[in-house]
This record gives sequence, C-alpha cells and structure tokens, in this order.
Amino acid sequence: MQNESLKDIARKLRAKVLTMLYESQSGHPGGSLSCVEILMALYYKKARIKPEDPKWPDRDRIILSKGHAAPIQYAILSDLGYFPESDLSNFRQINSHLQGHPDMNKTPGVDVSTGSLGQGFAIGAGIANAAKYLGKSFQVFVVVGDGELQEGLVWEAAMSAAHYHLDNLTVLLDNNGLQIDGTNDEVMSLGNINGKFSAFGFNCYEVDGHNIDEIVKALDEPSIGKPKFISCQTVKGKGVSFMENQVGWHGKAPNKDQYVSAIDELGGVK
Amino acid sequence: MIKDVSLRVAYGEALANLGVENERVVVLDADLAHATMTSMFAEKFPQRFFNYGIAEQNLMCAAAGFAHTGLVPFVSTFALFGAGRAYEMIRNSIAYGNMNVKIACSHSGISVGEDGGSHQAIEDISLMRVIPNMTVLVPCDPLETKKAVKAAASIYGPVYIRVARPIVKNITNESTPFEIGKAVTLREGKDFAICATGLMTERALAAAEILQKHGIETKVINFHTLKPFDKDTIRKIAGEVKGIVSAEEHSVIGGLGSAIAESLVGHIPRNILFECVAIMDKFGKSGKPEELFTEFHLTASDIVENVLKMANS
Repeated sequence: MQNESLKDIARKLRAKVLTMLYESQSGHPGGSLSCVEILMALYYKKARIKPEDPKWPDRDRIILSKGHAAPIQYAILSDLGYFPESDLSNFRQINSHLQGHPDMNKTPGVDVSTGSLGQGFAIGAGIANAAKYLGKSFQVFVVVGDGELQEGLVWEAAMSAAHYHLDNLTVLLDNNGLQIDGTNDEVMSLGNINGKFSAFGFNCYEVDGHNIDEIVKALDEPSIGKPKFISCQTVKGKGVSFMENQVGWHGKAPNKDQYVSAIDELGGVK
Repeated sequence: MIKDVSLRVAYGEALANLGVENERVVVLDADLAHATMTSMFAEKFPQRFFNYGIAEQNLMCAAAGFAHTGLVPFVSTFALFGAGRAYEMIRNSIAYGNMNVKIACSHSGISVGEDGGSHQAIEDISLMRVIPNMTVLVPCDPLETKKAVKAAASIYGPVYIRVARPIVKNITNESTPFEIGKAVTLREGKDFAICATGLMTERALAAAEILQKHGIETKVINFHTLKPFDKDTIRKIAGEVKGIVSAEEHSVIGGLGSAIAESLVGHIPRNILFECVAIMDKFGKSGKPEELFTEFHLTASDIVENVLKMANS
C-alpha cells in the first residue's frame, strides 16, 4: 500500500467520523481525529488480524483504551469489512451495535469493551500476561489518551506489565495535549511522560503521531523482556482546521455549516 | 468429611482441588495469598498463580484480561478492597462484558474482628448484587464454601463469592443440595421462618432450637445464593408462615433482607410480618468476632427476640 493512498484513506476516515457525529449529533470529534494515523498504523500495517474471522484466537489484539474515540475505530472496522459501512449511520442510536463507547459483545472487531479510562490498558496487560502463560505469540496493542494517564490504574497496570516482562504489549499514547477542562498542564500536569514510563520499565519511543511510517517503525523496534511505550505527538481535531487544538471540540458534534465546511476541507468525500 | 475450618481455608482447599480438575483455572491475588488462602493453590500450581501486588483495580482488570483468552481466573483479596475499592473495575471490565471471572473475597463482615471497621466489608453483597450479569454466593460453612467454588466454576459469567474469616463448624453435610439460585430448607416449621445467609445460618439454627422450647416451630432456610434470588421459595414460604426474620452479617440496606422485601412486596396476597436482623447502617469496629456479633445484635438471641416480638404481636 502506497503512502499516498494511506493519506487518502486517512482523509476518507476523518470524513466518516464527522458524518457519524453530524448524523447522531453526539460523540467526540477531537480525540477521534487525533488518533486516526495511530489506529491506521495498527489496523492497516502492523497487526495480524482477519476481518473475515473477527474472533480468530491468534489475532493481535487492538484495544482502544481511550474508548471515546470509538468513531474512528468503527470507521476503520467498516472500511476493513468487519461490518457494512451503512451501519455507521446508526452510531450512538438505540439498538445500534455501534455504542457510544466500544462494546466487544456488540461490534465485530472490537476486542475489549472500553471507555472507562485506564481499564483498557489494564485489561490489555492482563491479556498479554495470559498470552505468555498460554504460550501464544500474538501481540497486544493498547491506545491510550494523555488525560487518561492521570488515572492511577494506568500506573498499576504499567508496574505489572514490567514486572511480568510483557514484551508482547505495546502502549501507544495519543499525545494531543488537551483534555475536557483544558490543556493537560492546566488540569493536571503529566510531567515527563516518557521518563515516567521508562522508569516503570518500558522501552520508550517518541514519534510524529500523524506519520504512519514513523509509527510503524517504532512498532517494528524489538523490545525483548520489556513492554513498549510509543508516545505519538498528535494534534487534537487534526484535519479540520477550526477543530485543531481546540478544547471545546472534545465532545461536541458539528452543526450543519460546520459539517459542510469540515467535509469541504477534507476533500468533499462524505 | 471436611473438618471444621475457616471458610477461607475451605476456599483455599477447594481452589487447589479445582486446579486439578480444571486446567483452565488460574488464580490472581493482591499480596494477600496467605490471608485469602489462595497460597494453597499457589503452592500446588506456582505457574498458574499470579500475584498482582497491592493494586486491586489492576487485579480485577488483569483477571478480565485472563478471561478474554478463555482461561477461568479466580481472583481474591479482602472483600472491602475487591467489592469496594475495585468496584468500578468489576462493573466495567468484568461484568459489563460478562467476563468469566470468579471473584472470591475473604474477610467479609464484622467477623473480620480485631482489624476493625476500615477492614470490615458490611456492604459487599449490596454492591455486587446491583451489577447486571453478576451471580452472588454467600456460603455458610466450609462444606458449602467448597460447593460454591465448584458451582461458580461450572457456570459461565462473573461470580462473587463472599468468604468469611473465622473457623466455622459444618452445619450442612455432603448430601445437602447446592444449586445456584435455589435456597435450602435446613429445618421445617409451621409458625415462622428464619431466612439466613453466611455465618448467620448457624445462628438461625440455634435460634430455632431455642424457639422450640417456647413452643414455636420455626423453618430455617439457607440462602447461599443472593443473586439470582430464589423468589419462588420466599413467596411460597410467605404463604405458609405468620412471619419471616432475615438474618445476615451485612448492612440492612441492600442484602438478604432487601432481596426478600423486593421479592415479597406486591407478590403475596396478604400482609406478612417481617423483621431484619442485620447491621443497622453502622460501620464495624475492633473486637473479637463473637463480641462484635453481640454488639451488632447478630446473635441467636437477637433472632429469637425478633420472632417472639412477632409471635406476641
């Protein structure tokens, strides 16, 4: 797959996210748009998955611990054929399999139900430990948000991941710098994030979170005996200029004018 | 025949036996293996035992992770730190996805004793009972604890087992039935019914003996399952006796008494007398377990008093 076509896919996925939010008038645009390339690197490039067999026992697990970014995960899953694209129109609607936050028992391709922050990370570390015990070779990828790192559970899970030498676990941080009430630094400073994960026993990397090649390169780095942490520098609301770096676009759906303008900026494809 | 031991030792033995029968079983603990007695499993199956340190939130999520791969994790800590501290992880990581995790928490109720109120879970049944998908088991003696462990492993889905700390004599026997969701009548009687759970079942039987001397025939029903609750049995009994006393080593809010009231209101054709022997919305405190049972009005005499009050009304 050429990088150019990945860029086209990224634009298309961003437009789908906006359409889902516009149609349901509900959801989280900022944090969905910031992790588009992170999830693409996993779903389109790195992870061993079989869309035709979502429950394949040896598949790599992809866990969206920042579950409020569900729209981009759903857009990717439908693009890969886990379910029809037309289902996206029912996002967040009653009786839809596309819940406000990912639900493993409703949506094909969702490995773990997430949304309550910190728990996807901890469950992922648990799966990785179980995989080691069972002698399974699959990898566990967890995508966390930066505000999510304020949860104490994250650090409990990090400690256990190093203790059990979970080199089959990779944590990718969508480091967009913003959370609901303001910047991370205004709300609760995260300090030296990579320094913290390094001190907890992770092999740490820092990449441009909108550059799929860079993310994949870090994913390909060997990490023997230690879990891996990749801090992906991202822009909240990436791709829609009036949403970029705006705290107010964390959990708000666009109105008609905003939607039309955003789609226009993304190349006019809905 | 199992000897009189604490419920936690019975749990430890049952778990070690289960490990032989079911190789999918793994055990997780939070630095309390020698108190919850999961150490008995750990000694037998060191490769299948995972200590998660003093971090109960991660403990519950890790257990969910193990269940995701098809393993059957039993996870243990003290009731307060499991059902309490890690409540939301049990709800969202375990129960919401209907994960096959068995949570067996020791040191429930005031029978914890000397450690005091900070370590006595008086609300765990209530907390676990309100979570959809959750099964809640409260064994009354060592034998029933062993049966509860087997039964929990035999069904799919999350189960909470409430395990007490003290040494308890067996009041059931090998042939006493144990089916999840089915209350067990341990003694027949036509006048009143005592519905008990956990350590209060022994006291309910003692109360029935005393009441017989007063000329009052009392049924004793052991509710080892708090959820799914045996509504049929309690409604049937309500039609047979003059009054019911519930008896539990737990807050009066949300436990056995509440489950009985929920089952009866609007579902029986007549009024029935009903009293709760329970912890009356108070925290526990330090003391010897038996002193605390007296202090919190959880003795056989307290049950007798409540039945007599109804008999004389």
